[in-house]
Amino acid sequence: MAEELVLLGFWPSIFGMRVRIALAEKGLKYEYKEEDLWNKSDLLLQMNPVHKKVPVLIHKGKPVCESLILVQYIDEVWHNKSPLLPSDPYQRSVARFWADFVDKKIFDLGRKIWRTRGEEHAAAKKEFIESLKLLEGELGNKPYFGGENLGYVDVVFVPCYSWFYAYEKCGNFSIEEECPKLIAWAKRCMQKESVSKSLVDQEKIYGFVLHMNKVLGIE
Amino acid sequence: MEDEVVLLDLCPSAFAMRVKIALEEKGVKYECKQEDLRNKSPLLLEMNPIHKKVPVLIHNGRPISESLIIVQYIDEVWNHKSPLLPSDPYQRSQALFWADYIDKKIYDSGRRIIWMEKEEQEEAKEELMQTLKTLEGELGDKLYFGGESMGYVDVALVPYTSWFYTYETCGNFSIEEGCPKLITWAKRCKENESVSKALIGPLEVYSFVLQLKKRL
Repeated sequence: MAEELVLLGFWPSIFGMRVRIALAEKGLKYEYKEEDLWNKSDLLLQMNPVHKKVPVLIHKGKPVCESLILVQYIDEVWHNKSPLLPSDPYQRSVARFWADFVDKKIFDLGRKIWRTRGEEHAAAKKEFIESLKLLEGELGNKPYFGGENLGYVDVVFVPCYSWFYAYEKCGNFSIEEECPKLIAWAKRCMQKESVSKSLVDQEKIYGFVLHMNKVLGIE
Repeated sequence: MEDEVVLLDLCPSAFAMRVKIALEEKGVKYECKQEDLRNKSPLLLEMNPIHKKVPVLIHNGRPISESLIIVQYIDEVWNHKSPLLPSDPYQRSQALFWADYIDKKIYDSGRRIIWMEKEEQEEAKEELMQTLKTLEGELGDKLYFGGESMGYVDVALVPYTSWFYTYETCGNFSIEEGCPKLITWAKRCKENESVSKALIGPLEVYSFVLQLKKRL
């Protein structure tokens, strides 16, 4: 029986990429609908009336929103294949903590790197690098955050790799120089089809950032 | 072997109150250690080096941070009693969604009502009322967000009701007028021993905020 899955997304969004990786890990077929965030579809407004944001997964007509919640939902419903969260409650709490850390730090600070200038930009860049180093510390010598296989934190964090080139160009720094282990980890993840097929090309993301800066009048 | 459970706490913190309610619901014995956020203990800095914030639950020496993550952990470990999250994955995703909504909206609006003035404060008041009305809509005619008994969303939201008096006094408005059903729900929650034990009174919260304002 078809699972009747529809994913509403926006192509540069790291949040949408997370969901695509999770769906691919579970071997699920779904229909993807690209949203124009400046002209949101009736379906999006109906399925996520509270936040009106993507991604939204519609499973048999019922919507699930917020990417971290979405990935957990996918992991629970299709629990027979490629488990993403650990089974032990303590390990699960650690995974959730680091996923929450990625959401609190990386996205917002990264956005400040490409959208702001001057002191705000400098402060964001500094904190961004510090945050990446903390994540690198958490990875340690493991091949993945999930251990021997891709796990929840890998799925949540690796889409940010699509944006690294844009951050580097806007911030005039090299993430590989600062965090070589993280880059090695990201490349390792990219060898998995679920990741390589879900992540957007780094140059395309940079093109999107340049376009947005023009639209927003940021030099 | 008996469980060793320690909570690093700050009494007026809505986030810490959530954890206390969850522990009480599960009948877990725990030791509460008060933190002074201007003079954080070595234990706090060791147990939450990333954010250096409370609450932190230390279970048999291992720390768990971030209140909603702690509540989920408590629900999973002490799963013999008072389930907080539904067992159905879809219902669970909805509960997680509303708790996340509460986290995204209330603290920030509340903070601006307390600390800002005039237009910024007015804007924050409107946002808070909109948020609470949306939550009231989600509650509907149910006794609790969790249905017949308290659940995850009830635990996430009810501590903020201790802060309502402070928001109302600083902002000169009435939450009950805008959201009477929510106030009724809050009173219903407080009839549960877990909540009445964990929540501190509205006047205590207000006095805490006044002290903070005096310092600045």
